[in-house]
Amino acid sequence: MAELAVNGKSVEVNDEGFLINPADWDREVAEALAQASGISLTEKHWVVIDFCRRDYAENGEAPGVRRITKVGGVPTKDMYALFPGGPGKLAAKLSGLAKPTGCV
Amino acid sequence: MAETAEKLVQTLEPAALVKNEPIKKVSIVFSQGALTSAYAGLILANAARMSGIDACMFFTFFGLDVVNKKKLDNLMVPTVGNPSMGIPTFLGSLPGMSWFATKMMKKQIDKMDFPPVREMLETLDDAGAELYGCRMSADMMGLTKDDFIPQVRDIISAMDFYDKSAGASIIFI
Repeated sequence: MAELAVNGKSVEVNDEGFLINPADWDREVAEALAQASGISLTEKHWVVIDFCRRDYAENGEAPGVRRITKVGGVPTKDMYALFPGGPGKLAAKLSGLAKPTGCV
Repeated sequence: MAETAEKLVQTLEPAALVKNEPIKKVSIVFSQGALTSAYAGLILANAARMSGIDACMFFTFFGLDVVNKKKLDNLMVPTVGNPSMGIPTFLGSLPGMSWFATKMMKKQIDKMDFPPVREMLETLDDAGAELYGCRMSADMMGLTKDDFIPQVRDIISAMDFYDKSAGASIIFI
């Protein structure tokens, strides 16, 4: 368990850097999480993050990469360009959600 | 004396306490053409890519069916000599059994929102996985690069495969 500093306040993250409490998330937290992962957020990143948050609100879990591409309409190639460290985990992490449980 | 002991502990401690190094690359060898074998490898490759792990896929012998344009849509579930099927061999060898088992399996796979083999291969290529056919097997079966899907980058030898697998964990299916 560790703390991530976000503009004066701090939020709790686990060993892998995932937000412990999804309710702590806001856009500033997302920026901080992105920075910690070496990513600078662009419009395209936000499209993915917004989809993940919406999907989580509807389904109770983070969407896997395939869902983001099929339902969210983000091309696979873009996913891998936007999140080079591994879109499976990163999209969820930056959206303040837990790792997706599926394999696609 | 105390100094040498301390130095010894210092050199040993990091090795003992170091966390396992994350995997950076996997090389997956597909040696079987069964639907179940194909998915095992494809899902492992996809999970690797989703985790930011490089993936190299090598298709050899019957594994070539998985990337063969004419065969990959019709990969089957083995029903004979398959101890996991739970049916006696004589039943498994009846006409239609393999077709039926395959149909059931594909239905289950679709329910889990897993894509068909062809789409999975396209996704993997888009995700940056590298696909290669085995030269020896292709020669044996009289196949050339044209017989394979465009996502197969090249037909290479086993030695080439090892070169491409430098630093990789090799998974054999």
